[in-house]
Amino acid sequence: MFGLANPDRFLRFTRPLTPVLWGLAAVLLAAATWFSFIAPEDYQQGDTVRIMFVHVPAATLGLMAYAALGVSSFFALVFRHPLADAAARAAALPGAAFTALALVTGSLWGKPMWGAWWAWGDARLMSVLILFLFYLGYMALRASIDDEAKAARAAAVLGLVGLINLPIVKFSVDWWNTLHQPASLLRADGPSMSAVFLTPLLMMMAAWTALFLAIWLTSIRTEIIRRRVLSIRARRALEA
Amino acid sequence: MLDLDMGKYAAFVWPAWGLSAVVLAALTARALTSARRWSAELKRLEDEPRS
Repeated sequence: MFGLANPDRFLRFTRPLTPVLWGLAAVLLAAATWFSFIAPEDYQQGDTVRIMFVHVPAATLGLMAYAALGVSSFFALVFRHPLADAAARAAALPGAAFTALALVTGSLWGKPMWGAWWAWGDARLMSVLILFLFYLGYMALRASIDDEAKAARAAAVLGLVGLINLPIVKFSVDWWNTLHQPASLLRADGPSMSAVFLTPLLMMMAAWTALFLAIWLTSIRTEIIRRRVLSIRARRALEA
Repeated sequence: MLDLDMGKYAAFVWPAWGLSAVVLAALTARALTSARRWSAELKRLEDEPRS
């Protein structure tokens, strides 16, 4: 596992992998979109059930991207490996975007189904809002410190602390009474959803996962290359 | 059959999908353009004749 932590080997290994992921994401997105609109209307929710096909993947990937950011931060702090820091940094922007989408699409689903755009007392909504704020804090902290090595360490501590919020988001619907419904997919007795909705939903989640991996890997590669450019520039500036 | 008639919920379903499409497209565009820009810059520096 640590063999790949060598940036050169990482660049060589992921070079053929990234176009495959981009292609896979495109094909899966197209197919999942098609299946999302041939699914029937839900007998209770009507056509709003189709918001689920974007809301659930957005929320799931918002959490997954933070898990990637937090675990990478841990490796960056403990092993001080630059690749781990690049991985944490590259997960922040897509993760924040997915979480924002989860909040907005959830709001667009909540208004017709619950009668409210937002509920301040709801533990699921609040914990996801806090997740979004962790992302913003992470990016703001990195941007506010000029010394990149110092910024990386400070951001890694914040990234690691934010991991505590992930189980709170996941189990908020079980620990508290929320307006938000409990889990339909990851539950002890298996998914509680009809196959006509489960199929497009799982396809959509696979598509968003592939897209996140494509964006993440591409951005890690870019970050390695960017650092190389900066170090060449610094070296030449010294020589000149 | 393909069903694109969202009926009375059109004002909620289409913005949710439209916004998702815009955000995913923007993330994709940003990742690809910045990859291209930094790779080109690295190549330029490496090809530059050393004085």
